[in-house]
Amino acid sequence: MAVSTSEHVLAPVQQRGQVALSRLGLPTRKDEAWRLTNLSRLEAVARMPISNVATASDAPPRMDGVVRLVLDGVNDPLEGVTLPEGLTPLEPKELELALGHSLDRCGWSDDWLIEFNHASAHQLLALRVRGTVPPLELVVAAASGLIATRVLLVVEEKAQLELLQVFSGRGEAAHSHLLEVHLGQEAQMNHGVLACADGLASLFAQLAVEQEPRSAYSLTSVVQGWSLGRIEPRVVQVDGQASTTLKGLAVADVEQQLAVHTSMCFEGPDGELDQLQKCLAAGRSHTIFNGAINVPRKAQRTNAAQLSRNLLLSDRARVDTKPELEIVADDVRCAHGATVSQLQEDELFYLRSRGIGASDAAVLLLRGACQEVVDLLPTHATAWRPLERVLEGLAS
Amino acid sequence: MIRPDAELLLDITDLHASVEDQPILKGVNLQVRSGEIHAVMGRNGSGKSTLSKVLAGHPAYRVTSGTVLYRGVNLFELEAEERARLGVFLGFQYPVEIPGVSNLEFLRVATNARRLKRNLEELDTFDFEDHVQERLKVVQMDPAFLERSVNEGFSGGEKKRNEILQMALLEPVVAILDETDSGLDIDALRIVAGGVNQLANADNATLLITHYQRLLDEITPDYVHVMASGRILRTGGRELALELEQTGYDWVDKELAAQGVA
Ligand SMILES: Nc1ncnc2c1ncn2[C@@H]1O[C@H](COP(=O)(O)OP(=O)(O)OP(=O)(O)O)[C@@H](O)[C@H]1O
Ligand SMILES: [Mg+2]
Repeated sequence: MAVSTSEHVLAPVQQRGQVALSRLGLPTRKDEAWRLTNLSRLEAVARMPISNVATASDAPPRMDGVVRLVLDGVNDPLEGVTLPEGLTPLEPKELELALGHSLDRCGWSDDWLIEFNHASAHQLLALRVRGTVPPLELVVAAASGLIATRVLLVVEEKAQLELLQVFSGRGEAAHSHLLEVHLGQEAQMNHGVLACADGLASLFAQLAVEQEPRSAYSLTSVVQGWSLGRIEPRVVQVDGQASTTLKGLAVADVEQQLAVHTSMCFEGPDGELDQLQKCLAAGRSHTIFNGAINVPRKAQRTNAAQLSRNLLLSDRARVDTKPELEIVADDVRCAHGATVSQLQEDELFYLRSRGIGASDAAVLLLRGACQEVVDLLPTHATAWRPLERVLEGLAS
Repeated sequence: MIRPDAELLLDITDLHASVEDQPILKGVNLQVRSGEIHAVMGRNGSGKSTLSKVLAGHPAYRVTSGTVLYRGVNLFELEAEERARLGVFLGFQYPVEIPGVSNLEFLRVATNARRLKRNLEELDTFDFEDHVQERLKVVQMDPAFLERSVNEGFSGGEKKRNEILQMALLEPVVAILDETDSGLDIDALRIVAGGVNQLANADNATLLITHYQRLLDEITPDYVHVMASGRILRTGGRELALELEQTGYDWVDKELAAQGVA
């Protein structure tokens, strides 16, 4: 049922996407949004064949009380699953109305990655969330080739959702993922993204979140080990008066390039943002953070704080961090800051002076640096041992 | 306590060291034997902390000449962590805050590193909990501090107590306590001094770096040294500290001038 629905709905989207892609052409360095990107890797992903085999997922046993849905690009994620009360697939009519709505509200058009997903996605999961539902886990399995997926969530007024999305990647593979979320008034969503790979696979994840007044949206993203990784949360508070929390950790090593582009837009007064992005760059890797905050005149009394903290773990690694604040309203509080540091010699020495070997001391310090964000993932993420995954990736 | 048959633990001979190519230590000589308590005093900037960090192996300090033997072994051939495992302990003047690293986990890893060297069994999380609870009594520290990140947000006095807790866990052979008394209130000073006295025995030695007699009222030193301009200018018994309290350091300049040191 869901498959036929999504095929029916996605077919015209694919066509439009293909037309748009040929019109846009591949991004170039002249394009500000792609200036720092390793474009040859992007090109390789663009040419990748679409995966048509479901690979066994390496998921740990599901925790009690958690609803797990698996997107593998092939099989219907809802097949054989009894959804709990409060979670229902969208009706075809609703779907047609809702699909693309949050994208539009986030002002996401003429974007290569979005059109790439449009052109490639052949799997769609669209759910309505009512009341308080059990924790939800969306696992996008590793595959060979490109796996393009799309998810749409309509979180109704006063509903509460805890969602963990897990991406894993192995070998010559790539994910293109597009998520749209509509949060009704007073709805609450605690959203975790855990995306770890082996250094070869690539990830593009675009998240469009639309918040009605008095809703609360909290995103914790942990991204590690992608050859080319780009995660782009865009949040719009359609009438202000909502609260948004964005906490991110990106850990890169060897030749990896990880980019986090966030965009926050307040379309009304009294909105709040609390944002922290941490990037750790080891080896010859490169991390990029771009944090846009848009406060137009109608968004008076906005209270926003953005902090970008970066740790350079080798002198051949590179960190780029850039806030992009566009503040027109006059009665706002908008704090932002960025730091780039290295492992502190004094911290290392303190640990060593207590008998802890230099490399163990470095691991302890890195663990500490990652933990602050990892601990904020939804509680059921512990089954995936997120901290260990991230640190194992660095130990190589 | 001075004993004729005591082991020579630390033998410092004509030690010179620099930081960022600036000479700081200019010929330190000092011998420390088991069972002894030494106080090192001296003006701000005279090189006391530099000496302690050189002994502990801080990478920013470069030894330019001289030797230090620790129980007969060349100390400078050992990495900082190896010195610690063998029983050299530095209580920092400014303990470092390490956000995100749990104090309990830190203490456990450190304790086990030292225990391994002493051929003692490593302690797992549960055994360590018991062990640390018992050691907390030495400094009367609230167990709540174990749950926090290492020194993060600790008050000045709390940091110093945490240093002595580490000393109590590591049971060092030579403990160098750099201004452990500064930042402590009157009661805390007594508690911490009591802890140090409790840990001192015939087989270990303590080097107390301090500015104040009030610490030496609690912990009786066998020797008092005055550092000036990167050397030990004068050595005496506990009465030297009392004398300093009266005279201050004015005599230091005359003595340095007499020796031809600016
Ligand atoms: N890392 C460093 N970089 C530059 N100068 C340094 C450094 N460490 C120490 N020094 C200098 O070496 C000298 C001795 O400093 P040290 O900290 O050893 O003094 P101290 O005797 O411990 O003083 P205090 O009583 O104030 O603690 C000072 O002039 C200090 O500025
Ligand atoms: Mg000092």
